[in-house]
Parts: sequence; structure tokens; C-alpha cells
Amino acid sequence: MLKKRLIPVLLLRNGKLVRSESFKIHQIIGDPIHEVDRFNQWNVDELIYLDITREGAYDDHRPDHKIRGFTDSLTILDAVSKTCFMPLTWGGRIINVEDMCKRINRGADKITINTAAYRSPQLIEQGARTLGSQAIVVSIDAVRHDDNTLAVVIDGGRERTAREPADWAKEVEARGAGEILLQSVDRDGKGTGYDLDLISSVASAVSIPVIACSGVGVYEQYAAGIEAGASAVAAANIWHFKELSDRNAKRALARAGVDVRI
Amino acid sequence: MSIAIVDCGIGNIRSIANAIESLGQTPIIAGTPSQLESATKIILPGVGAFPDGMRALVEGDWPEHLDQHVRHKGKHFLGLCLGMQLLATTGTEHSSCSGMGWIAGSVELLCTNDPTLRVPHIGWNNVFPTGEHKMYDGLVEDSCFYFVHSYVFKPTDSRVISATCHHGTEFAASIAFENIWATQYHPEKSQQAGLTVLRNFLEANV
Repeated sequence: MLKKRLIPVLLLRNGKLVRSESFKIHQIIGDPIHEVDRFNQWNVDELIYLDITREGAYDDHRPDHKIRGFTDSLTILDAVSKTCFMPLTWGGRIINVEDMCKRINRGADKITINTAAYRSPQLIEQGARTLGSQAIVVSIDAVRHDDNTLAVVIDGGRERTAREPADWAKEVEARGAGEILLQSVDRDGKGTGYDLDLISSVASAVSIPVIACSGVGVYEQYAAGIEAGASAVAAANIWHFKELSDRNAKRALARAGVDVRI
Repeated sequence: MSIAIVDCGIGNIRSIANAIESLGQTPIIAGTPSQLESATKIILPGVGAFPDGMRALVEGDWPEHLDQHVRHKGKHFLGLCLGMQLLATTGTEHSSCSGMGWIAGSVELLCTNDPTLRVPHIGWNNVFPTGEHKMYDGLVEDSCFYFVHSYVFKPTDSRVISATCHHGTEFAASIAFENIWATQYHPEKSQQAGLTVLRNFLEANV
């Protein structure tokens, strides 16, 4: 029986790991390689690494943080894959098929695209044709309007679109995406739990797996994401600020009756 | 012993090399078929769609050299994921396409017969060895392996299947035919269970 997955998401910004809130506030929290070592020792199910760097300059020279400086994300991917014996999905700054292949060659098992896929949807088809659908994860970021309707946002939450997440999800599936990583700008960093209506609207619109993300503040909130239709539950911040965040989350999922790998 | 990893641009070469290194061996990353000469064991990794994978092999002149080393000289071979599927007679991903034809059979879309079971089949699933095979020596019972695929290999002769997996339907998780071993799952990403299979590959005399 295929297990439900529990996935940490690491956010990389200017060569440093950060925590994020509302897609706007980013605080530096650590070394981009050290965290991977830790997850590796815990045998986590899978890891998603997203490079959300905006500025052109990569290393922002903050020796006061005593964190290794890296000049580009591919160097970090090399270092990560050296210690990473778990499945790895890599996203950020991928704008063509060549970028995808580079990341797979360097140790990623899947790549994820977001803004580039929205602006040039044929990129999904091209990627699937070369790498197979199973390697193409499309990330969808959603925002909830005041009238409670949902809309897709791109460019790290800065550009709103008129598209509904479920509608866009159907299109990415038809174009050959193999999986969807679903995030909510409103829930990012809030710790108030997943946006369950969002997850259920997208998961019921497609037949490819959906990874739920954004909003988990306590382990007990993971199981609701699975109940809402997700095949995997992901989170970012909670992995950094709690002890034994893998084992305790897995136990909470198992207690809720979810079939996980322990 | 010398292990060559075929690099024709379709694989997660780095991951498999890292896993082999963690087992104490230094693999050769073979970018050209001539580098297979000194190898005693050959690994063909693969992430990609069937037609692109086959095209990359043919363009690099790999099929005839692999045939020579593996099927004629009998070198121990391990195909991973797409590297297993390419051994089939035909593939059906995107369009019908000939494979290397080492193991009779076809590669077809995984049909789960159940709308709640999603495809691609992504994640950790139980693998059931079909009998005693060196591939699974020392494997802990109930072990899970990591899968990420939409297509499955359906061999004509089911006796070549060394382990099965279930996702709505039963399919070949691995194949073993004389010196030719192959897995649909990714041993290099399957932590302890995966390293057990890779260690067995390195240690077995076939």
C-alpha cells in the first residue's frame, strides 16, 4: 500500500535557509546543508528545496551569521545531493528544459516550476516530454480574496491572476504535470492549519497527486490535509522550531489513522 | 571490482554515484561506451520519458556496446527506473518506440482501476520478493522502497520478476534474469532498504 508522505520544505534565499510568512517576511534561520544532514539521519520520506532568491546577487555576505556562503543554487544542490539519500524535489529559477535537466543530473529526482509554467504553459509539456510526467511538479500558490474566492498568484505572491487554482490545476495535469505542490499565501507562516477547502478543491479536480503545504503549526493539523484529499503533507517552518519534528509528526498522523512509513 | 555508471544525459547520475560511494566503491562515470571496457559491473540509471531515453542511448552508440558487455561477456548489470524499462521490447510512453529488447515485454501506463489511487505512483510502497534471490539478501521484512513513475514494465515471461509491488494492480518492482538485474524503484533514494539492494549488487557473483 502506497504510504502517505510527510515532507519538509526548505526555503533558500540568497544562499541561506529562511523561514517565511505571508510570502513577504523572510528570516534567516540556518545553513542550507546542515538541515539536510539532519533530515537524512531521520530518514524523512522526501525533501522539497525551493530557491526563492529574488535579487541578482546571490551571497549577501553576512559573515555574522556564521553560515557558509554559496555563490549559486546549483553549488548548493551539489552539496545537498552529496548527503541526500532521500528523494529530492528542486524548485526555483527554472525557466527552460535545460534548467530542469541540469537539476536532475545533479541529483534531484523531480523539479518544480511555478511562475515560468504559468507564463509559458508549454514548458510543462516540454518538460514532461523529455523527463517524463513523474519528474514535473507544478507549484501552485493561491490567495483567498475578501469574498472568499480563490485565485492563483505568481512571482512569489506578487502578481495576482484571474485564474482559480482548481481550474489551473486541471490544465497543468492535461499538459503533463505529474504532481502539484499547493501553497496558500494567507496561511504561510501562520500556524493555523491548512486551507482545507483549497486542498479539497484542487485534489478533487485532478487525478495526479497533490502535496499540501502552508499553515501547519501543530502536528495534529497534518492529518486534515490527507483527509482533504492530499497524497502528501508538507510544511516548512514547523520543521525548524520543534524537536523530533519527523517522528512526532508521523506518530500524530498514525494516531489519526493515516498509513505512513514509520 | 570496477563499477561503471552509464552517463548518457538521462539520469540522476550524481545520486547513484553518491550511493555507491557510501558503500565504499568509487564508480566510473562513463560518458562514452569505451569506458565500459575496464568495468566489471554496469549500472544504467534513468529519469525521463521512454523515447527520449532510447534516443539518448542510440545517439551515444550505447545499445551495441551494452549488449556486448552485458549479454555477451556476461558483466553484471543493474538498470534503474527508466534504465529497467529500456530493457523491454517496446515502450508506449507518448508513442510506440522500440527498446533494447533484452527482456521480452512492453512498458505500459500504470492502470490502477481505482480513481482514488493516483498516477504517477509517487512515494514509498511495500515491495514483495517473489522468492529467494540474491538481490534481496538481508532485506528487512515489510521494507518500503521509493517509487516515482507512471509506466510499468510488463515482461512476457513473469518468471523474470524478482519482486512485485501493488498500486491498484500488481506490477514488477524488480527484474532478475541471469546477470541482468533491474528495479522500477529508486534504490539510491530508498535509504537502508535501497542500500541493501545496492550492496547485494556490488557483492553478488553472477
